[in-house]
Amino acid sequence: MVKPESGLNRRQAMVAMGGAACVGVLPNLAWATPAEAEAAVKALIGSTATTEGRVQLKLPQIAENGATVQLRVLVDSPMTAADHVKAIHILAEGNPLPGVASFHFTARSGKADVSTRIRLGKTQNVHAVAVMSNGSVWRAKEEVKVTVGGC
Amino acid sequence: MASAKIKVPETAKKGEVIEIKTSITHDMESGQRKDANDKPIPRRIINTFTCKYNGTEVFRMDLHPAVSANPYISFFVVATETGKIEMFWNDDNGEIYTAASSITVS
Repeated sequence: MVKPESGLNRRQAMVAMGGAACVGVLPNLAWATPAEAEAAVKALIGSTATTEGRVQLKLPQIAENGATVQLRVLVDSPMTAADHVKAIHILAEGNPLPGVASFHFTARSGKADVSTRIRLGKTQNVHAVAVMSNGSVWRAKEEVKVTVGGC
Repeated sequence: MASAKIKVPETAKKGEVIEIKTSITHDMESGQRKDANDKPIPRRIINTFTCKYNGTEVFRMDLHPAVSANPYISFFVVATETGKIEMFWNDDNGEIYTAASSITVS
């Protein structure tokens, strides 16, 4: 997906055009902010302290089409009744709404490893927050540069 | 409106972790867009996906408008016993789309 360096100017131009197109079609569209994304995380997990790690969030560094961005998230866990991943929440801090998806697992899921396709309105950080059966919360984030927003 | 496709192994060894792939045709209308007359287009998305194994929920996903049109979901489950693996997609309009597959576990 990474283009050669010579494509940079064209890409930057397309980012500008994509942004303009979004504003043109949706003049009143309000983007979420990182603070709103954090508030959404709090709404999902409460005041539990979070730790970076254990969560692998796989997204392209550059998404040419924000309407369909491949996402894979996995958490290393034995997935037993006593020790498993209960949920993984995905949030996008620069979309109109920060919530993207939540995955709910049981020990019978076998692996906490899911793939889907998401919409990203503009270049932004995507967050993954994993809640374990012992109550601990782990997280990861990835930045995706979006060429044409999928808003 | 919706047509579902699922890929589930037909056979598995007991305890094996199997991959399930699903997709369904659906606009996932986000509720953020406006039509040509500047009227908001109402939200209509699939808001929940559930996978049940012989009636027991083994995986669930909550979907928000930021999931792409024609949602694709792949995930894993443990092959515990011979039986039926069912998928349910809940539409905002109350409709539930389903698909099912049989699995033989040895």
